[in-house]
Amino acid sequence: METTLKEELGNFRSETRVWLEGNCPMSMRQPVKSSNDMYWGGRNPKFSSEDQKIWFEKMLEKRWVVPYWEKKYGGGGLGPEKNNILTQEMSRLGCRKPLYSFGIAMLGPALLKFATEEQKLRYLPEIVEGKIWWCQGYSEPNAGSDLAGLQTKAEDKGDHYLINGSKVWTSYADNSDWIFCLVRTDSKASKHNGISFILIDMLTEGINVRPIKLISGKSPFCETFFDNVKVPKSNLVGTLNNGWTIAKYLLTHERQMIGGVGGTDIKREISEIAKNQLSFSSGQLKDSFLRGQIAKFEMDENIFELTIQRIMEEDRSGKQAAALSSFFKYYGTELNIKREELLMQIGGNDALLWVPNDDNDADTARKFCRSKGNTIEGGTSEIQLNIIAKRVLNLPS
Amino acid sequence: MSLILTEEQRMLKESASEFLLTNAPLESFRKLRDNNYQSYDPKVWEGFVEMGWTALTIPENYGGLDFGYIGLGQILEETGKTLTKSPLISSILLSASAIRLSDNETLKSKWLPELMNGKTLMSVALDEKSFFDPDSIESRAVVSGDNFIINGKKKMVIDACDSNYLIVVARLNDSISLFLVDSKSEGVNIKTDILMDAGSYSSINLDNVNVPVKNQLDIEIDGGVILNSMLGIGAIGLSCEMLGSVQAAFNQTIEYIKERQQFGTKIGSYQGLQHRAADLFCEIELCKSIVLKALQSIDDEHENLLQYAHLAKAKLGEVLKQTSNEAIQMHGGIGVTDDVNIGFYLKRARVIQRLLGDTNYHLNCIAKQKGY
Repeated sequence: METTLKEELGNFRSETRVWLEGNCPMSMRQPVKSSNDMYWGGRNPKFSSEDQKIWFEKMLEKRWVVPYWEKKYGGGGLGPEKNNILTQEMSRLGCRKPLYSFGIAMLGPALLKFATEEQKLRYLPEIVEGKIWWCQGYSEPNAGSDLAGLQTKAEDKGDHYLINGSKVWTSYADNSDWIFCLVRTDSKASKHNGISFILIDMLTEGINVRPIKLISGKSPFCETFFDNVKVPKSNLVGTLNNGWTIAKYLLTHERQMIGGVGGTDIKREISEIAKNQLSFSSGQLKDSFLRGQIAKFEMDENIFELTIQRIMEEDRSGKQAAALSSFFKYYGTELNIKREELLMQIGGNDALLWVPNDDNDADTARKFCRSKGNTIEGGTSEIQLNIIAKRVLNLPS
Repeated sequence: MSLILTEEQRMLKESASEFLLTNAPLESFRKLRDNNYQSYDPKVWEGFVEMGWTALTIPENYGGLDFGYIGLGQILEETGKTLTKSPLISSILLSASAIRLSDNETLKSKWLPELMNGKTLMSVALDEKSFFDPDSIESRAVVSGDNFIINGKKKMVIDACDSNYLIVVARLNDSISLFLVDSKSEGVNIKTDILMDAGSYSSINLDNVNVPVKNQLDIEIDGGVILNSMLGIGAIGLSCEMLGSVQAAFNQTIEYIKERQQFGTKIGSYQGLQHRAADLFCEIELCKSIVLKALQSIDDEHENLLQYAHLAKAKLGEVLKQTSNEAIQMHGGIGVTDDVNIGFYLKRARVIQRLLGDTNYHLNCIAKQKGY
């Protein structure tokens, strides 16, 4: 029995490898450098190259855009083992994701858990096919870390809800087709108990979007305003006033994503970069203090990766790993800002370049500035520590 | 290999925890210390032998259990929680590993069973300076008829006062060799100090000590290879004990701040303590992963064993230091008194983090390995 399963997985691996090698264009095996290298789909899809189009279409035909969803929702119906093999083989070749999508990473899991069958059949296949570009409407100007304090209101008007308020940090809202939103549906209830989860077509009258410029420059972030926006009642997901449950569930997915869990991107080793750029003395980096900092950073980065592996395995084997998403989010982003800090140090004056010139398009300084958001977005480091203290260590409030 | 203990390994760990909490709780550590720094409790050691813990890493053809280092690691982790003193580190983790790695069949078949039954105790004599520096051994052995004559000065030899034999690391011509030396031999002068962890560590003068040629551990294979593997295994084993201490000191501190009241409320409700505690929790999660990975690399004879050993000892050194400091601070005034046990972890931490190299030593090795 066990040998047959092993054989089957072995065959799947070799078939997958052959298929990927035959079908993934070489240019789609290069690391993603900018958002141009990512295909986001949507009502007005823009492919930045012919290869990008071929790669997406091949993967769609193979049903591997979201390989692990059920077939009736447009997925490939792969179990965890086969999905794992596919991920490994893609990462071995360096294949890009065929479609970048908050629909896959965030909305999808929430719909699968909380939506009606009718809603799942309507929205999930559209996500897989890249027909709808989704964005997320969570934070508000006055509800950041205190997300449950959100004030965007949805009033029951009989056959529809009337939405008023504004959302901030709505990534790609200026390009998106639909938004999934947290709205207040009961202003008398306690703050966690009056929130609902609703889906809104961005073409609806009364929606306005303003892009936000960051300290790093241009960004996908936007502010989105709702002024008497009418939304059909059937767009509500889950139970009325029970949206916080969905929000928390979704946040765990977002935090793992930001913390770098399950990513296929391979980061270049800091020490390799340092070896290429810094001077040596007697076989060692001349700046011995920096050398120590690099060694310590690589130690933590190395062991953090082992820890992701260990905790995911414990989770799969049913040994409940407590508050894992807060741990991943906290530690992963703290490591990332240390990485960017070290890259600034290693790059010397060259790393300070802001406006690209003819010889140099390095964006070290901008990436460094952008990384400052990592320990804030998706719940600040301090919020994650609060969650660990209360839910894992059971410290008193 | 998956980073989860097997059912068998988990059961071994549970039985170790049960045995130690019954027969050698933290309070026993205090009793041994107060009894003129007694180095270990022979009854508890007999228990270790009866439970089979001294046989876990000994191959079956020498009468051992061949259960693997993951098993020994679980025992060491549990002894780190109760700070149980025993010859497990000197005799089994270090000496038995060195002999197991040796290609001297006569020595192996004679001494592995002896070490396993706990009657013969051994220790490894390596350090010569105030810092761990295995690359600059100055002790020398020269051949003279059927004997080697060894001269040198050794330091920081764990439990040498109880050891019947010493495994002495010395230079022979241009290479490193290991020799089994009867500690009663003429010219062996052992002076024992009590260090801050209440443990016994000796300085040993070797003055024209005669050792039979047949007592050399490395015949065909390079003694330096045996030494390096043993040091890797040793660093990983010590990291296991450190992991136990980290968890115990952390858990005792969390329990304390949940109970202690000031300003009319439990001090564990203050964010100033909560965030530091949560940060330690994360660091401890990292410690668990590297220790298990490193243990697996010994049993798999993984080519990256030394790399994992450096990572483990470097990380555990750092986190044990942080945890033992925070444990005292969060206990407040009572933490600096000898009335409570929490200070034992601080004092043990400062010794064990130095044994076989501290965090800086191992970080330096990591950097060298990667060529920077």
